[in-house]
Amino acid sequence: MKMSFNGPVDGVLLIRVSGDWRIGQTLPSINEIQRQLTSNIEIQKVAFDSKNLTQWDSSLLIFLKKIHTLCSEKKIFLDHDGLPLGAKRLLELATTVPEIKDAKKVKEEETFFFLVGAETVGFFKSAREMTAFIGGVFLAFVNFFKGKARYRRSDLTMTIQECGAQALPIVSLISLLVGLILAFIGSIQLKMFGAQIYIANLVGIAMVRVMGAVMTGVIMAGRTGAAFAAEIGTMEVNEEIDALKTLGISPMEFLVLPRMLALVLMMPLLCLYANLMGILGGSIVAVGMLDLNFSQYYVQTKNAVSLNDLWIGLFHSAVFGVLVALAGCLRGMQCGRSASDVGNAATSAVVTAIVSIVVATAIITVICNVIGI
Amino acid sequence: MSDPKQTTKNAPYITVRDLTMAYGSFVVMQDLNFTIDRGDIFIIMGGSGCGKTTLMKIMVGLKRPEKGQVLYENLSFWEADPSLRKNIMKDFGIFYQYGALWSSMTLAENVALPLEEYTELGHHEIRELVSLKLAMVGLAGFEEFYPSEISGGMRKRAALARAIALDPDILFFDEPSAGLDPVSAKRLDDLILELRDSLGATVVVVTHELASIFAIGNNSVFLDPETRTMIAQGNPRAMLENSQDPKILNFLMRGSAEGLKS
Repeated sequence: MKMSFNGPVDGVLLIRVSGDWRIGQTLPSINEIQRQLTSNIEIQKVAFDSKNLTQWDSSLLIFLKKIHTLCSEKKIFLDHDGLPLGAKRLLELATTVPEIKDAKKVKEEETFFFLVGAETVGFFKSAREMTAFIGGVFLAFVNFFKGKARYRRSDLTMTIQECGAQALPIVSLISLLVGLILAFIGSIQLKMFGAQIYIANLVGIAMVRVMGAVMTGVIMAGRTGAAFAAEIGTMEVNEEIDALKTLGISPMEFLVLPRMLALVLMMPLLCLYANLMGILGGSIVAVGMLDLNFSQYYVQTKNAVSLNDLWIGLFHSAVFGVLVALAGCLRGMQCGRSASDVGNAATSAVVTAIVSIVVATAIITVICNVIGI
Repeated sequence: MSDPKQTTKNAPYITVRDLTMAYGSFVVMQDLNFTIDRGDIFIIMGGSGCGKTTLMKIMVGLKRPEKGQVLYENLSFWEADPSLRKNIMKDFGIFYQYGALWSSMTLAENVALPLEEYTELGHHEIRELVSLKLAMVGLAGFEEFYPSEISGGMRKRAALARAIALDPDILFFDEPSAGLDPVSAKRLDDLILELRDSLGATVVVVTHELASIFAIGNNSVFLDPETRTMIAQGNPRAMLENSQDPKILNFLMRGSAEGLKS
């Protein structure tokens, strides 16, 4: 890849290109040519000599386009005749439509204050959207209780099956393991005091009061919340939600309501099941490692866990059902129109749901503490 | 559904007045003023990215305009309250560019939903109407198929069946021929003409397919992305014969007018 130039002679700067011009090799710099065009005001034309050019590809075109831009700026005539025919035609193709000046996005300098401001504005915008969404869901529920909500019963039953029965295997596994882990960690300390039997209290109260609901909530956030966001996000991409709106059907009633109802109904049931599996997991450690027998474990659990704990746990799970459905459906509705936006919506739904679950757990725990239950 | 022989041409059916469309601070189009009469097949045309689909979305209620009005029989669409707007939208049939069929429903359920929403018809009558609409677009027998189980062209026809489910007064088409072979595109054009004549519908079509524009359009607006406004309104054939604007001629002659007049 070689480039040299002669002149200016009679106002013409002749640029010679020779050898193989292939992508992957370093392009010659145009700085010297730029210096020539700037310092020699008598140059009125730039021409090319490509007699010794053997092979070329887009690397030659990149070089030529730079020369074209320089000449355009300095209003110097660029003679294409000395170029290979193919290169000449491609250069003309690349330079026919002028660059649209205001098409480029102007990237503002992002100072610290700009970022803080942008995040603050974004936070309030997000809060406004979430409030509007919650309001829309509330109105949809009002219509539901009035018997006027517009949704398909088959959507509700399908979602109940997906959120309920189909979630049992994973809830079983995770809850069993969580109960097992709680018992194992607790046993290390309790053994020191000869108080192994209190493993039943530890696992029973922890699972029934909080952990059953939290683990179920986290599982459903990752499994169902993401699915809701992806489903609704894809509908947004395919204009299916636009089609609903133009038919006068509220997407809140048609899409969000059955999903939220399904989760609110199924979460307490899954939570009950998770509690049982967690207690069973604890019993495996108690019986297997701590030499307790199952009936001892069962009786101790029964005596330790109160109805209060059960209701609090179920309340947690119902709240988490609402939060997971809200997060999934909200992020789905906020989804943009590209495939990557659907992925982002699913991820965001999971993160939002899990954060909401943890915050809600903290709030409910504090309230219970204040009330004294 | 209005009898095409009795359409009144005294007042425009649809009026767009001083309309400005924007996405945030980016103005897509401004100062749009045009009218559409009953029974027109009105073409919204212009180069790619000029805002044709955005204009249609504003006209059907999916996007609020930045400024200006859209009037249906002198009733301002965007200034009306939501229940009145919903009433106006009941007379729309909308065909989206990629069909926008609800993927979790069969073709029959897709076509039935507008009927269930806006009529008091029983299940049996709805079923019969659905079969009729699907037969009209050549999809008889495909009632229980899901959108994912049929071809792209068939999905478009199913979407058309849904758009005409309620025998609408106004049909909106967003790039109906996109992705269709020439024969299918011609069939769709003939179907649009047939629907206009038999339903007495007014048709608004967003397209840049020249064959369709000249085959079916009797009124149109030309949107220019450079000036971001409309630069012509009228019959497309008359525009081709009489216009002096090189952008319009270049568009309508598929680029062969370049350099003729500048």
